[in-house]
Amino acid sequence: MSTNTEAWGSRVGLVLAMAGNAVGFGNFLRFPVQAVQNGGGAFIIPYLVSFLVLGLPLLMIEWASGRFGGQFGHHSTPFIMGSMDKRWLWKYVGVFGIFSNIAIAAYYCYIESWTISYIFHSLFGTFNGMDQHEVAGFFSNYLDVTTSTTGIPYEALIFFVLCLALNTWILSRGLSGGVEKVAKIGVPMLIVFGIFLAYRGITLKAGQEGAINDGTVGLNFLWTPDYSSLANPKVWLAAAGQIFFTLSVGMGSIQCYASYLKKRDDIALNAMSAGWMNEFVEIVLGSAVIIPISIGYLGIDRVVELTGIGGLGLGFRTMPFLFEQWGPILSAIAGVSFFGLLFFAGITSSLAMGTPGMGFLMDEFNWSRPKAAFAFGTVVLLLGLPTIFFFNEGVFDEYDYWAGTVSLVVFALLEAILFSWVFGLKKGWREITEGADIKIPLIYRFIIKYITPVVLILVFTGALIRPVNDDWSNLNPREWEFHNESIIGQLQHKGVGPNKTWFADAFFAEADGKVDSVFVLREKHYIRVTRLSPGGEPVSRDYRFNPEKHSLSLTPGDEVETGAVLYSGKIVNRVFFIDMARLLLVSLFLLISLLVYIAWRKRTKDGRVS
Amino acid sequence: MNASALILMVVVQLVVVVLTVYFFYRVLVSKPKPEPDSYIENDDVER
Repeated sequence: MSTNTEAWGSRVGLVLAMAGNAVGFGNFLRFPVQAVQNGGGAFIIPYLVSFLVLGLPLLMIEWASGRFGGQFGHHSTPFIMGSMDKRWLWKYVGVFGIFSNIAIAAYYCYIESWTISYIFHSLFGTFNGMDQHEVAGFFSNYLDVTTSTTGIPYEALIFFVLCLALNTWILSRGLSGGVEKVAKIGVPMLIVFGIFLAYRGITLKAGQEGAINDGTVGLNFLWTPDYSSLANPKVWLAAAGQIFFTLSVGMGSIQCYASYLKKRDDIALNAMSAGWMNEFVEIVLGSAVIIPISIGYLGIDRVVELTGIGGLGLGFRTMPFLFEQWGPILSAIAGVSFFGLLFFAGITSSLAMGTPGMGFLMDEFNWSRPKAAFAFGTVVLLLGLPTIFFFNEGVFDEYDYWAGTVSLVVFALLEAILFSWVFGLKKGWREITEGADIKIPLIYRFIIKYITPVVLILVFTGALIRPVNDDWSNLNPREWEFHNESIIGQLQHKGVGPNKTWFADAFFAEADGKVDSVFVLREKHYIRVTRLSPGGEPVSRDYRFNPEKHSLSLTPGDEVETGAVLYSGKIVNRVFFIDMARLLLVSLFLLISLLVYIAWRKRTKDGRVS
Repeated sequence: MNASALILMVVVQLVVVVLTVYFFYRVLVSKPKPEPDSYIENDDVER
């Protein structure tokens, strides 16, 4: 008999927990960057179309699948999917629904810990008086775990462990006593913080507090439609991708939350409410914070350049400096608001990541809730340590790419096929509409069965064979060159450059340029190679080396070509860490598959197969 | 702001706000299902 007696406290709590699951860092950091890079205001059209034909159907599929599996006492996707079709394959497809949550939590909790640290630094005025480069440098130092920004040794690690301990403790309190309470506080708080920052962003005035543009310049830039971009497949793929990631579909956490609902209770209205709440936070608040404020102080060209390093860089390297312009008190309030809203957005999502694995352990192995929560915390800690210690070697990005991107698309595609074509849409539609407090338009029968799987196939194919420069016009397979970030490109290590072996006796330059300088910064040695960008701007690249182990082959002033030897000695290349990260992820997937197999054998022995 | 940006922003944000408020309002006012339902906080409430 399962020890799992979890239940939701209230319907509002469930909707807020689901909305909190969906609302994450991406709402404030990824969405505006994607919009800027994909045609400004015109991005919103494919984005909303994707929400209607991809986002909402997947929400309905996941809510319905979860509630269906819950009737048989299943609270994790291996056995939820197993209850929808008896073939063994689906149980192992369902492993994705535990695997991706744990793997994502490993790096997601790390980002969450940055927000706690930045709240602390905002409150104590650490950024006061720093210039923009110093604020950006602060973030780089923070990520270098051996460097302390406050005098606390291993500060990044300590904040990560604290953050993980907090997550574990809340999870050990259960759904109604932990997750739901945090959602009831966190979601309203992040909306209040978001409204405050959006108000400050929109009302920025050029010439006041150091701003060079009105806040509306940023809004104008973000919302001015470029309709020509609608003909570009890249924009549609980016919009579908953004919808996909913002709603937290394809992870297994929605199924887990919904599995604690009884058959007669509504899922249709709940799914709509949670989904649109996420859209409110993303479209209304997410578009009014980072871009208006950063363009207000830095100008459009600089912000477009900064979006190239992604939303995380913009949020942590730039925003504290911009808040500084508002004076010490208001900058502390703004810093606490901004990183506070990111924290609440993060923790309501990371808690959702803990529940599928815990549900599995409680259902199948009769573990108590605290024991299951502790197991989740321990696994995430072990898996998270490489992302902290080898962040600059690319481990963090590998987790994000394979667990946080590819796995979700694969899982969503397979679950959509299972629901519409294997389980059958007749039964599926009955599940969606059973107990519904609203009437779902019948067109969604057609969309769920045909449109959603086709869009998912297109999204997956787009990710698999994405061409270099996102140029989809040349369809000749012989001339097709894969983008570094395509799945095939990643498997081929296309972005790795000339240092392709795990271990080597020489390190090769990864770009052309001129050796600018050899310098020491915080006891670490670097060679800086600088080149001129097509626009004539100098672009520098710093290569770290160890003078005790490596001997330099070049001196300042030397011209460098890609592939030239920079230094020689015993070298462990970045590709080694990348492959080890992949090996870890594969091992985790296989371990969970093994546990599912053991659980299934146990169920068969106990006569509990349903 | 230019007119096309302003119109697009106002229309999209208005639609999103209205739908968000509408669906959440419906959640708040929908009658609970007969016991046993999924929620434990209303277990002692008379219907």
